[in-house]
Amino acid sequence: MNWFFRFMNSSVGKKIIMATTGLLLCSFLIIHLFGNLFLYGGPELFNTYVERLASIKPLIRVIEVILALIFLFHIINSLWLTLSNRKANPVKYEVNRAQDNSSFFSRYMGITGSIVFIFLAVHLSTFWYRFQIDHDGGQFYRIVTGDAVGFNNPYITGLYILAMILLGFHLRHGFQSAFQTFGLRYNKYGKLIEAIAVLFWFAIPLGFVLIPIYFGLLKGGF
Amino acid sequence: MVLDAKIPGGPLAEKWTQHRFDLKLVNPANKRKYNIIIVGTGLAGASAAASLAELGYNVDAFSYHESPRRAHSIAAQGGINAAKNYPNDGDSIFRLFYDTIKGGDYRSREANVYRLAEVSNAIIDQCVAQGVPFAREYGGLLDNRSFGGAQVSRTFYARGQTGQQLLLGAYSAFARQMKAGKVRFHPRHEMLDLVLVDGHAKGIITRNLINGEIRSYAADAVILASGGYGNVFFLSTNAMASNATAIWRAYKKGAYFANPCFTQIHPTCIPLSSEHQSKLTLMSESLRNDGRVWVPKKKGDSRAPNDIPEEERDYYLERIYPSFGNLVPRDVASRRAKEMCDTGHGVGPTGLAVYLDFEDVIGRKGKQWVSDKYGNLFDMYQQITGENPYEVPMRIYPAVHYTMGGLWVDYNLMSTVPGLFVLGEANFSDHGANRLGASALMQGLADGYFIIPYTIGDYLAKHPHGKTDTNQESFKTTTREVEEKLNQLLAVDGSQTVDDIHKELGRILWEYVGMARNREGLEKALKLIPQLRETFWKEVKVPGTAKELNPELEKAGRVADFLELGELMARDALHREESCGGHFREEYQTEENEALRDDEKFAYVAAWEFQGTGEPAKLHKEVLIFENVELTTRSYK
Amino acid sequence: MQVFLKVWRQADAKSEGQFVTYTVENVTEDMSFFEMLDMLNNQLVLKGKEPIAFDHDCREGICGTCGLFINGRAHGPLRGITTCQLHMRSFDDGANIVVEPWRAEAFPVIKDLIVDRTAFDRIISAGGYISVNTGGVPDANTIPVPKPKADEAFDAATCIGCGACVATCKNSSAMLFVAAKVSHLALLPQGQVERKQRALNLVAAMDMEGFGACTNTGACEIECPKEISIVHIARLNREFLKASLL
Ligand SMILES: Cc1cc2nc3c(=O)[nH]c(=O)nc-3n(C[C@H](O)[C@H](O)[C@H](O)COP(=O)(O)OP(=O)(O)OC[C@H]3O[C@@H](n4cnc5c(N)ncnc54)[C@H](O)[C@@H]3O)c2cc1C
Ligand code: HEM
Ligand code: SF4
Ligand code: FES
Repeated sequence: MNWFFRFMNSSVGKKIIMATTGLLLCSFLIIHLFGNLFLYGGPELFNTYVERLASIKPLIRVIEVILALIFLFHIINSLWLTLSNRKANPVKYEVNRAQDNSSFFSRYMGITGSIVFIFLAVHLSTFWYRFQIDHDGGQFYRIVTGDAVGFNNPYITGLYILAMILLGFHLRHGFQSAFQTFGLRYNKYGKLIEAIAVLFWFAIPLGFVLIPIYFGLLKGGF
Repeated sequence: MVLDAKIPGGPLAEKWTQHRFDLKLVNPANKRKYNIIIVGTGLAGASAAASLAELGYNVDAFSYHESPRRAHSIAAQGGINAAKNYPNDGDSIFRLFYDTIKGGDYRSREANVYRLAEVSNAIIDQCVAQGVPFAREYGGLLDNRSFGGAQVSRTFYARGQTGQQLLLGAYSAFARQMKAGKVRFHPRHEMLDLVLVDGHAKGIITRNLINGEIRSYAADAVILASGGYGNVFFLSTNAMASNATAIWRAYKKGAYFANPCFTQIHPTCIPLSSEHQSKLTLMSESLRNDGRVWVPKKKGDSRAPNDIPEEERDYYLERIYPSFGNLVPRDVASRRAKEMCDTGHGVGPTGLAVYLDFEDVIGRKGKQWVSDKYGNLFDMYQQITGENPYEVPMRIYPAVHYTMGGLWVDYNLMSTVPGLFVLGEANFSDHGANRLGASALMQGLADGYFIIPYTIGDYLAKHPHGKTDTNQESFKTTTREVEEKLNQLLAVDGSQTVDDIHKELGRILWEYVGMARNREGLEKALKLIPQLRETFWKEVKVPGTAKELNPELEKAGRVADFLELGELMARDALHREESCGGHFREEYQTEENEALRDDEKFAYVAAWEFQGTGEPAKLHKEVLIFENVELTTRSYK
Repeated sequence: MQVFLKVWRQADAKSEGQFVTYTVENVTEDMSFFEMLDMLNNQLVLKGKEPIAFDHDCREGICGTCGLFINGRAHGPLRGITTCQLHMRSFDDGANIVVEPWRAEAFPVIKDLIVDRTAFDRIISAGGYISVNTGGVPDANTIPVPKPKADEAFDAATCIGCGACVATCKNSSAMLFVAAKVSHLALLPQGQVERKQRALNLVAAMDMEGFGACTNTGACEIECPKEISIVHIARLNREFLKASLL
């Protein structure tokens, strides 16, 4: 186990954990978006889908715990990383033209991630809580599109959209960065990874954003 | 003292083998009881430190740089020679030996040069094993290129950064011994004096450049590998901090200085553009393969180069040397450029430059071809001058590049001070009056990896270890001397900066002890330099204190030494009434303006003994005996 | 031309520092940045003031001694050059120029613009080499190296140890420097024997020296005067991962 702690403690090891958890979270995003798409099928389809999921509750619980752990790992590790990096660089430059050598997205991962985190807290305390405990006997569709915590509430929708844009920012750098961290960004696969990255930083967040727009704004919300 | 070079007897090819057998050995268990000081961690010093530490000796290594990787060896571009004969073009140890002796214009020691050629192959093996990324052919084997002064391809290279890669190799071996605790590295420590105990070199005094602390270190032997002194001219291709202090202070402690006037002037450097310029940059000699050198026929012609019609241009190298043309050796090309400028044909704002023109080759082979071959050099030129050499011819001028002279050493690389060994460019050993391209790297590494590990053992085995410590009287007195000198420098508090005086010294040396010398000029230099030295000690202004990081104080100490060394160079040049290699005395030339050697009178090494500052040094001669080569005159017509 | 400098001055490692402004007149375009500083220093000395201490040596971009943070960029505004290769023609007449030392916990300031980069030496001595003693090595040509590998190894080996990568990195990470060495030796057949241990040891040494962790911003490869690519960092990550887990 010695090697494991050494690995976890090393700067590269920490990065690799960041990347592993980050990519796992990305895969979760696909599944989550897939589920959300049922909304377009109308209340019946969506509610049935959610109920189906409820029927395999033990499995879902296990997955949720794993997911929570992944988030926890990702977040705690990111804090650790950010703090130790700050310690490595305590004095700031009087003038620093960082924009000339690196992307905005890469420099503000902590901030974009933190906003996603805030969103996550709100998201869990609303949707997750209502879905699990307070769902009016299976009125999932109405929760999502309603005005209490759903997309008819402009604050919820606003936060949702903002968070998804920032998630896009987070992944604009994060997705490719994870491959660099695994050492898989050979020049020859570079193009391929870039293409898949677009899916993650653009298409998926867009998919998430379209839902509140469609159900909130277009379907006569607010 | 009679100079004994300790050249082993026997046939040339067997001297080194036999000698290694005759040398005394230090018992492996005893090696760890010996301490060795090494000053300088360039190619020569780092390779020596690593090799000696691997054998078990304890090494204290000193450098004024922050890391061994910063030494000026890092700047060598072209390559390193070895007699591998990989291209199957007729090379051999004897041919490398012969070319080096001839290239040095027959002013070097046969036995040393032969040994150099002999170990050259092992250097390449060693470097490859360390991971030095030499250029390779598609089959995966090593590539060679050709270089001046040879008709075979024997130069190994790593793009234009051979010195860097070799130094990083030596540095890695050095770093490994640092880790093992066998090398203690003292970065940013400058050696300011040598300490003798009973006539033997037993220690040094250093100044910690960060906080000014003066300290002494004792050892069983001292090695100097402190590089060349080309910066005596202020402007040279050497790094800004390269200096002569280590060898000069050793000279003043009794080590003889050999052939101080043998300096190499490199023909293709970017010319001086203003009085503020701090150094000169070398442009690889390879440019002369495709560029054509010319000046306007009309004196003082101030037209832009492209406005000067073909018939008004003088391609003087092609005119004077129809068979070698632009590819004559360094010394010849340099001298002719100076001559053109002296007679009013020079170009550029200062009139001290000639054109190196690529118009022809661009027309013939296309811009792409030229850029593939010389792209990085063209970029470098444009970076420095702001001119685009694809459109306007380059301007080049010769610059001081290398010093063949240095402390006199015997076959064992020991100076006239017992226990003081000198390696690399700091000694005088192998290049005679002119060094061939790609041979300095070879020599530095030969000295460090393959010669000193054997020869120092012989000295150590004959002398008991650990008999010195820094409480001995001579350490104390030397420390006092060093401190006094620093205080003197600070006390002058005059009105001229160190750089101002250094520039003036450079002007005098360049004018009178530069590319072409004559009696009158040298005698003048011998008057001017002591005067300037006096000015220095009356007028120099060194701010700050000795107890802090003080770059001006560092420079002042070095320039004080240059001011003495410059005089010795002039004296040596004056006494050598012949022309040979880099030493061209205008009085001694053939009808075709070529160097005229006088083998009858001057086939010797001039080794100078210090007699006191301001006193003429005393000359000792080590007569050179040539048994294996015939002395001939070089001709490039 | 004339330029206005704002330069970090600090007496020694322990003292507090501050910015001091200078006006430098009679600057010419063909001067290098350092020649401009030389001129200023010469004037300062004659006025009895302390000249600005800065590190430099070869002044041709190869020794890695120099390194200033100029107007927010390591080695100044141009790409692919060191500070000593920067010329005044890259600045406008009347330009304001802010000059700072490299900033990183692992590179403490020694004086003014000079920092201590000996941490790099300690990293290399932790294993940035192939352990061969002098002598007794095989003939150079018994180890063929495919040319593309040799070339790639060379690209990594051109690192001059200047520290610009660390200086520009928001995390003060030394990954590009370490990666350059690990990559250089991992690509060559000679480097295989110690390959795993080397990656582990160099990363451990880097962490111990107080450099930060890489977050792949890529700033280092933009500011690296030798334009060393972060593809080498990817290789280091891979080497480290393999060495740790396999
Ligand atoms: C621009 C240029 C290009 C060249 N190209 C080639 C080439 O292609 N091929 C070739 O063969 N040769 C070439 N040469 C020559 C060759 O590079 C040098 O002769 C050789 O590298 C010198 O090595 P060295 O170890 O003797 O000295 P250096 O590398 O100069 O090392 C000197 C060391 O001594 C230390 N030192 C000096 N004085 C003191 C002191 N008082 N106290 C403490 N430390 C001290 C320094 O810190 C440094 O570590 C070139 C030279 C130049 C200038
Ligand atoms: C769905 C949510 C999230 C996803 C999909 C995600 C994904 C990723 C990915 C793929 C990476 C790249 C790993 C690497 O560079 O090797 C990453 C890095 C990072 N994430 Fe997240 N993340 C999420 C949430 C968060 C949260 C909530 C935070 C913070 C509180 C956060 C903070 C960070 C930080 C600081 C990094 C490291 C930055 C870097 O290495 O440049 N992330 N994330
Ligand atoms: S990787 Fe580039 S920036 Fe970093 S030390 Fe090496 S040369 Fe300098
Ligand atoms: S001074 Fe050597 S790289 Fe700048």
